[in-house]
Amino acid sequence: MRTLAVVPAYNEVDAIGRVLDEIRRADPELDVVVVDDASIDDTAAVAREHGAIVLGLPFNVGIGGAVQTGFRYALAEGYERAVRLDGDGQHDASELPKLFAPLLRGEADLVIGSRFVDGNGSYRPPLARRLGIRIFARLVSFLGGQRVTDTTSGFLALDRLGIELFAREYPHDYPEVEATLIALRSGLRLSQVQVHMRERETGASSITFVRSLYYIVKVMLALLVASLRRYPRLEGARR
Amino acid sequence: MTPIRVSIVGVLASVLLILVVLELVRGRKLKERYALLWLATGIVLLVLSAWRGALNTIAGWAGVTGYPPAVLFAVATLFVLLVLLHYSTVISKLTDENVELAQRVALLEERLGRDRAREPSPAD
Repeated sequence: MRTLAVVPAYNEVDAIGRVLDEIRRADPELDVVVVDDASIDDTAAVAREHGAIVLGLPFNVGIGGAVQTGFRYALAEGYERAVRLDGDGQHDASELPKLFAPLLRGEADLVIGSRFVDGNGSYRPPLARRLGIRIFARLVSFLGGQRVTDTTSGFLALDRLGIELFAREYPHDYPEVEATLIALRSGLRLSQVQVHMRERETGASSITFVRSLYYIVKVMLALLVASLRRYPRLEGARR
Repeated sequence: MTPIRVSIVGVLASVLLILVVLELVRGRKLKERYALLWLATGIVLLVLSAWRGALNTIAGWAGVTGYPPAVLFAVATLFVLLVLLHYSTVISKLTDENVELAQRVALLEERLGRDRAREPSPAD
């Protein structure tokens, strides 16, 4: 079974090498594709040196558009499974087997690495962010008809059905929350596993104050619209 | 009743708008598709400026008792809003198409690189 790791990266020259080495150590069988979202540093070159396939976007399209590029590659090249793992190193590659387990047992089409399956785990974000994360989780659970604990996590694994869906339909900016709802409404079986996430070591989070306001409003609107929209059930969906 | 000068200025302005739009289309600087809403704007404003009775009647319906030309402003504003909204939908579509193009370019370049590595080009 061929599996693809999709690693979106934007100006992650300091982190990307270590991220790729970790993935290789965790699972040498994985093919790894780095989606370079028009970085102005040497992210692409370093990624190639560390053995990754590089998909270079001609201009910056945002994290969702970048991730979707990887899913499209997985679809075109016939991969059976894909995992998204961010290029800044916040996702721990040693947790990949946990993420793949429900897919291998045939229990899920989409597995989300959640920070909150068992209560809060070790992750203690600031109050405002914790509140935001919880509100989104409640909303998506309500609109999607299944309890979801962490809708803002970008650590996820997909089977072929999930790849097909996200290759076709994945929001271009701040995609995670809306994508979770789209998956539920399209009939994907979702399962969640507890993961820990690391504080970023290099670079800065893309979320500033003004952006977080935009984030909240944009995601709320997207959820509202997504719950009014009709999503065709996927061929072979079992939920 | 609308002052006659207001009507004259209104007619001239709408005719000017129509002519400018037609000239832009003729010079291929504006696609017919995007000219239609502007032409509709010009024609509606022209009719309302020239046909003073109609403007009065509409003002009566709308409850604008003091100054019927206010309806001209309202209608013009409404059409400008329509044009803007239309452009927002056009930009959204272009954005989506643009991202998809970028994604396809990324996939094609990767495949091209792979093919090149497999068989060195006979030219060099």
